[in-house]
Amino acid sequence: MAAQAPDGPQQDTVRSLLAELWRDRLQPSRPGSGRETPVGRLIHGALFLTATLSAFVTIGIVLVLIFETVEFFREVPFLDFFGSTRWSALFAEKQFGVWALVWGTGMIALIGLAVAIPLGLMAAIFLSEYSPPRLRAIVKPILEILAGVPTVVFGYFALVSVSPVIRDIFGQDVGIYNALSAGIVVGLMIVPIIASLSEDAMRAVPRSLREGAYALGSTRMEVSLRVVLPAAFSGVVASIILAASRAVGETMAVTIAGGGNPQFGVNPLEAVQTMTAMIVQLSLGDTPTTSIEFKVLFAVAMTLFVLTLAMNIVAQWVSRRFREEYE
Amino acid sequence: MARNFFTLMRSSAPTATAVSGANQSGPTTTPPPPPNIKEDADAGVHLDPTLEAVRHEITEELDMALQLRQVSAFYGSFQAIDNMSMPIPRNRVTALIGPSGCGKSTLLRCFNRMNDLIPGARVEGEIEFEGRNLLDPAMDAVEVRRRIGMVFQKPNPFPKSIYENVAFGARINGYSGDMDRLVEESLRRAALWDEVKDELDKSGLALSGGQQQRLCIARAIAVQPEIILMDEPASALDPVATLKIEDLMRELAEEYTIVVVTHNMQQAGRVSDYTAFLLAGEERVGRLVEFGPTQDIFTNPLDQRTEDYITGRYG
Repeated sequence: MAAQAPDGPQQDTVRSLLAELWRDRLQPSRPGSGRETPVGRLIHGALFLTATLSAFVTIGIVLVLIFETVEFFREVPFLDFFGSTRWSALFAEKQFGVWALVWGTGMIALIGLAVAIPLGLMAAIFLSEYSPPRLRAIVKPILEILAGVPTVVFGYFALVSVSPVIRDIFGQDVGIYNALSAGIVVGLMIVPIIASLSEDAMRAVPRSLREGAYALGSTRMEVSLRVVLPAAFSGVVASIILAASRAVGETMAVTIAGGGNPQFGVNPLEAVQTMTAMIVQLSLGDTPTTSIEFKVLFAVAMTLFVLTLAMNIVAQWVSRRFREEYE
Repeated sequence: MARNFFTLMRSSAPTATAVSGANQSGPTTTPPPPPNIKEDADAGVHLDPTLEAVRHEITEELDMALQLRQVSAFYGSFQAIDNMSMPIPRNRVTALIGPSGCGKSTLLRCFNRMNDLIPGARVEGEIEFEGRNLLDPAMDAVEVRRRIGMVFQKPNPFPKSIYENVAFGARINGYSGDMDRLVEESLRRAALWDEVKDELDKSGLALSGGQQQRLCIARAIAVQPEIILMDEPASALDPVATLKIEDLMRELAEEYTIVVVTHNMQQAGRVSDYTAFLLAGEERVGRLVEFGPTQDIFTNPLDQRTEDYITGRYG
């Protein structure tokens, strides 16, 4: 009896502690409920900071962009920037018609998509609907590695492999730097985005839908194109917009292979300059931070930012708007 | 070794059936031995020795939509069904019943070569369909599926409009007639037209479960198949929707041959003309225990195991 006496309360304490712990596990205290220990609060704070860091960085970048862009438009009228297609920022007689750069970006992105959409979708259909599981397990990771190839490599690939072929086809007057060559490698670069994300979307289409289509006498091709692809439409479109956004933001390959010729022409065999390539050119030189050349850099970056942001928002909207719920 | 094993199994099945059939007339729960049992046992003239436990005296006069001979199915090394032989009478409802895992669905999926889609699955034996073996690899599975339609356990309409759901099968099969009429006709036959005629553009997924299942039936009908396979078509539905599907099966049997897998014995009793009872042995291999007119299977089963199942002793 006496020996057990001290155990009694101790055990009770242990038990109540355990109960406390368990209750906490079962009903996690809500943030701000005031039940956290100092260490808990510290960890909580650290986690909060980490989680919000990228948001703060983004906000900071946007603020800098806005600030410098406003500075730019104090010196250059709005219409000179958005109302013109002539760009000669580094010449004595400066012109800031951003459309020449937007056009270059757009042309490269369009050529890239023209290459990547068919290739990417065919790869996705093959991997999702035709490929035996083992082959898929090998091919898909390889495809995804393609997305990890440094873009500078793609730039040189354009110069040493793609451009010569283009010149063989269209004649030797075509410059080694041209929009087509840059566009094709940008296309190859974004194939994995389209293929991989579209394949995910297609594989998420329930098996029961495929069976339903097969049971009606569909061939594999009909099942793929008429049932699975439309059912995965939202994911496929989102992947394409994401890929387009990547193409618009692509820098290194187009800086190397696109040529540095800001122009507003429809011929893809001529050299162009994208917004990103222009930013590279402007920031490589010893441009003084107070100069107009420095400030226009931010205006161009702002344009680019708004463009890609808009595309990402559209991609999200599309994938939400057209998502099919099967349950 | 393997061959011996198979021969053993093949020969054992009919013997077991015969023995239990004989036992059945003895002192079991069914009070007086119904007069036709002996007849059945005697008249069980095995025209085709592979058709075990099949009441030939009843089925031989019937026009057969399908004739199964020694059908076995495997998933990889696992054998799901063994050596099943039975007829599927034309323009009748045939129910496949049995406890879970007895191979009902597997068997049903043999009828339209759906098992082809499962990697590692293979089916042996013969299923005669209009004078040809539809299991023959030379037979085009796509063509088989066009002529033998299927309705699944869970309604699976396409994420398309009601109209397009029904028109889908006809479109891919190059139907060139009046599509509007075909859609209306199919929806009418599936007893869905009155509920959806004003909203054919609405997504098929927006319908209720029971309506979705009738949409799937309409979709199957629109391809103008000869046989419609139904894999527990009402198991995901509420009782009212279930009744509608059952009524529909009865109506459809006037034009189509229907094979329905069901877990629900009352359902089999209500809707089917013929019933096949399947059971898996200890090695989980499904075998056909008994086939016959539903009434006989339910009131005078030849096999003790059928009776045990029907009376709810297991399963």
